[in-house]
Amino acid sequence: MVEQQWLYIGVFLIIAPVFPMLALLVPRLIAPKKPNAIKLQTYECGMETVGDSWVQFKVQYYIYGLVFLVFDVEIVFLYPWAVALNILPLFAVVEGIIFIMILVGGLFYAWRKGVLEWY
Amino acid sequence: MDPLLSIANWFEGVLVGWGLAPWAVNLILSVVGIVLLCTVMLVIAIWCVWVERKVVARFQDRLGPNRIGPFGLIQPFADIIKLLIKEDIAPKGIDKVPYNIAPILALATVLTLWAIIPLSPSILGSDINVGVLFIVGIGAISTLGLIMAGWACNNKYALLGALREVATMISYEVPMVIALMIPVILASSMGINKIVESQSSYAYIFIVPLAALIFLVSSQAELGRAPFDLSEAESEIVAGFHIEYSGMKFGMFYAGELLHAFTVGAIFSSLFLGGWSGPFVDRVPVLGIFYLFIKSLFIYWVIMWIKYTLPRLRIDHMLSFNWKFLTPLSLALLMVVALLNKLLQNADTWVYVLGMLAGNILVGWVAILLSRRQVKTPRKEFAADRPVARPPESAPVTPIPDPGGD
Repeated sequence: MVEQQWLYIGVFLIIAPVFPMLALLVPRLIAPKKPNAIKLQTYECGMETVGDSWVQFKVQYYIYGLVFLVFDVEIVFLYPWAVALNILPLFAVVEGIIFIMILVGGLFYAWRKGVLEWY
Repeated sequence: MDPLLSIANWFEGVLVGWGLAPWAVNLILSVVGIVLLCTVMLVIAIWCVWVERKVVARFQDRLGPNRIGPFGLIQPFADIIKLLIKEDIAPKGIDKVPYNIAPILALATVLTLWAIIPLSPSILGSDINVGVLFIVGIGAISTLGLIMAGWACNNKYALLGALREVATMISYEVPMVIALMIPVILASSMGINKIVESQSSYAYIFIVPLAALIFLVSSQAELGRAPFDLSEAESEIVAGFHIEYSGMKFGMFYAGELLHAFTVGAIFSSLFLGGWSGPFVDRVPVLGIFYLFIKSLFIYWVIMWIKYTLPRLRIDHMLSFNWKFLTPLSLALLMVVALLNKLLQNADTWVYVLGMLAGNILVGWVAILLSRRQVKTPRKEFAADRPVARPPESAPVTPIPDPGGD
């Protein structure tokens, strides 16, 4: 029975991209195609693009990524706890709460360190 | 009693009658079901274009599309014909593979989300026991499509849009996933159908309204809709990630975004509003589809309401709002709900409901109180009073001296 559920999802993952692919196939057949050098230029407010388009970006994006990683791993640990909460003893629930509190401590540490500021 | 189920059973009988193996019968039934579901969803996506344009028109005191067909109902189909015959301009220097995959990914993942949403008690695509994680994972892949688009376009604006999209997604994913954990705690299952079934006596929005609100706000950000639409902020980075897309490829992003909003409505109503449950649904299961549709449409309307009412946030404000307010709030709510759920486990239903509601309201109230105290810093620099252009009435009017001469 479980295999059947996952088979359905597998088939869905194969069929779902077919619809947008079909929709993109039609313009390939009927739409006009008259490219020229000016039309194919990168848009930049009517100016010619200067330099590489893959520019350097703020390091802040990267730091947010690191903070996110901590929480993402935490959530993987918390979901089994959440599912089993009703059959767990009170002690285990409190233990889970202490685990969350340690993470909140981590968040506040990052906050005090100025990681969450946008310079 | 259930017409759709009886058609499916009849079809299964026909296939078995042909002497096919059980797995082949299963596969064919799955394929037919999926093709039907995807077609219906795409028609809904097209119809969502009309709904969206009509609603935004009413919000802005306009009429909206009203020329083609009754109430402009045929307008989106005319738009599709226009998009189909537009030239597909792919600029120089693009990264070809991600550029072409991105629009397909943006729509296909949203369609895939419907694999696990139970439409009615008898019609569920797939009742997997990790449904909530599936929603989070597939939703993130849909955002990945937008990031790929921004990266591949060889355009600085598009890259900035993609980076903003990354920051938004990884930030707002945290409160969203934590808010999703709360229905999981209440239903003690991650399967969407189990969560819907356990809301038969009361919908979860009545006992955990704060979790529902956090989920709505963070999925609004995940959708990239105003006030969080920084990835395509047209006044700052022109059109963001889809700046270099034209024709049907742009249409894929557009349809994907609208259908994603509707899908978030369906997920929200399955998790917090009771999904397909409603009066008479146990006798006439087909009614479940109708109830789910109405509830999803209502949430879709709420999302549009927020979108067209609030102005856009600045990126640092948006990330601060998430990391300094929404994430601590959702963690606190998770702790309170877990503890209350354990303590009130054996209490009467009404004690349980009222206790949960009180806990939610208390957490929200304390959070607002704390944040108000935090942001109440005195404004030191007031601008000085501007000089009045004209002297007050009582002041004597100095006559303009006559320059003399002629």
